[in-house]
Amino acid sequence: MIPVAQLTISSVREGLKNKEFTAVELTRAALDFAAAENPKTNAYLLLCPERALAAAENVDRQLAAGEDPGPLGGVPIGVKDVILTKGVRTTCGSKMLENYIPPYDATAVERIEAAGGILIGKTNCDEFAMGSSNENSAYGPVRNPVAPDRVPGGSSGGSAAVVAQGTAVVSLGSDTGGSVRQPASFCGIVGVTPTYGRVSRYGLVAYASSLDHVAPFARNVRDAATVLEVMAGRDPLDSTCAAAPVPNYAAHLTGEVRGMKLGIPVEYMKHASGETAALINRSVTELEGLGCEVREISLPATDYAIATYYIICCAEASSNLARYDGVRYTGRSAKSDTLSGMYQNTRGEGFGAEVKRRIMLGTYVLSHGYYDAYYVKAQKVRALISKDFTRAFESLDAIIAPVSPFPAFRLGEKMSDPVEMYLSDIYTITGSLAGIPCMSVPCGTTGEGLPVGLQILCNHFDEQKMFRLADAFERR
Amino acid sequence: MKLTETDVRYVANLANLTLTEEEIGRMVHDLGGILEQMDRLAEIDTEGVAPMAQVLYEASDTATLRPDVERAPLGSELAVANAPVTAGGYYKVPKVIER
Repeated sequence: MIPVAQLTISSVREGLKNKEFTAVELTRAALDFAAAENPKTNAYLLLCPERALAAAENVDRQLAAGEDPGPLGGVPIGVKDVILTKGVRTTCGSKMLENYIPPYDATAVERIEAAGGILIGKTNCDEFAMGSSNENSAYGPVRNPVAPDRVPGGSSGGSAAVVAQGTAVVSLGSDTGGSVRQPASFCGIVGVTPTYGRVSRYGLVAYASSLDHVAPFARNVRDAATVLEVMAGRDPLDSTCAAAPVPNYAAHLTGEVRGMKLGIPVEYMKHASGETAALINRSVTELEGLGCEVREISLPATDYAIATYYIICCAEASSNLARYDGVRYTGRSAKSDTLSGMYQNTRGEGFGAEVKRRIMLGTYVLSHGYYDAYYVKAQKVRALISKDFTRAFESLDAIIAPVSPFPAFRLGEKMSDPVEMYLSDIYTITGSLAGIPCMSVPCGTTGEGLPVGLQILCNHFDEQKMFRLADAFERR
Repeated sequence: MKLTETDVRYVANLANLTLTEEEIGRMVHDLGGILEQMDRLAEIDTEGVAPMAQVLYEASDTATLRPDVERAPLGSELAVANAPVTAGGYYKVPKVIER
């Protein structure tokens, strides 16, 4: 029996080197485990055994020949179903793309596989990554492996659940306003949103292009750093992808954080539940114990972040999702006698409630007479939110905060009230709007045993500092 | 901002979206509630602030340019493979011009 759920990237490497198992044996074990666990969580939308086993055979061949299969050699990986995989169905959690078979791989997937990673399956998510609970999937909600009556968070709920339940060692999600950090927090694992532009989005299905990231999940900080390092760096196929050199993140995990200057924004503790606030305060004490200096700071534009974020992301979504019109992407309504009827009915039948809501909001805020009052105004407030961070990082190494005001909530609890659901993103969207790297690292559990994450935010391209702090905190 | 049913129908038309009567009713309620939150932005002073459309980072002027190397294209067969209706390597849509 291979203990798939306990493995890390380095223990996979050791196990392969010491011939405790082959990559094919490990892949079979992970696939079997995933098939057995999936009815409990609905985290995978499909498993891809053929592709996984072919990749594993390749890793075994390389090992037998004395070659290095790469930093992710033999590691079972889940990939969110908004990230394209050549020849493997990619639905975006939508009925619209029920039969969509991508003709190419996303750059992130290509790099993961080139580094020896094994794509086990595609993971469930909120439709087109729009949601905070994974209840907006056309293929049913995902259950939190830690507490099955609760949501895993969203939108990358499936990718968080497969790592938490242990059927994958690491996974890829996408984060637009917190879609990796919040589920990582709800499921008790590590989730990392890198600097905007750090990882290529080629092959990530576009939702809100000025905010979208490909982002990793892992069970520890070191593994998350390794996956990010593999994916990061310039891609000629994505002109928004930064050319800045990619550091060796693992080399920065020294455990030394003495003298680091941290800020905790007063605005971020206002809405936090009692237990969440208590765990964050305990984390502050622990960080001080590690030699960090923590002080209260103010990021005054925070109060306007929810409105700003939802105006911008919906505006961009309404434009990006215009392409699903019955012409190119699998779905077309049977009621398509005229061209405009085809557009309208295909979209009316193919999209779920939340996607329609955001398309409507986005179209409204971009429409004549409202563009300046909503969209341009939001872009100006976004500049203020970003400036708050720039100013703070002049004298700070990192900012610490809760990830979410509360731990995982019950399935159905917030589905009837979209405003209430949007408020759960209150602490993650600010970092997204500023484009800075931020992550969630587990900081404890509530009395009911629900995980809570500590958020660490750093300045643009300061991932190595963020990882160093998170790793030291993890080892506390 | 309170929305009326007429507003919702107008925006749905702009968005090329068929909504059922029930969906229209729900949109009036939901969008109204969300826009009320969004209206709070009017409170904050943004005089003289330039709108931020994109996250920018330091890079040379040519950082995003790549060498002009030949690359095989996807090909029309693969490019249209996911379309619901095709003919001769092209997308096929309902007739646009009336006789």
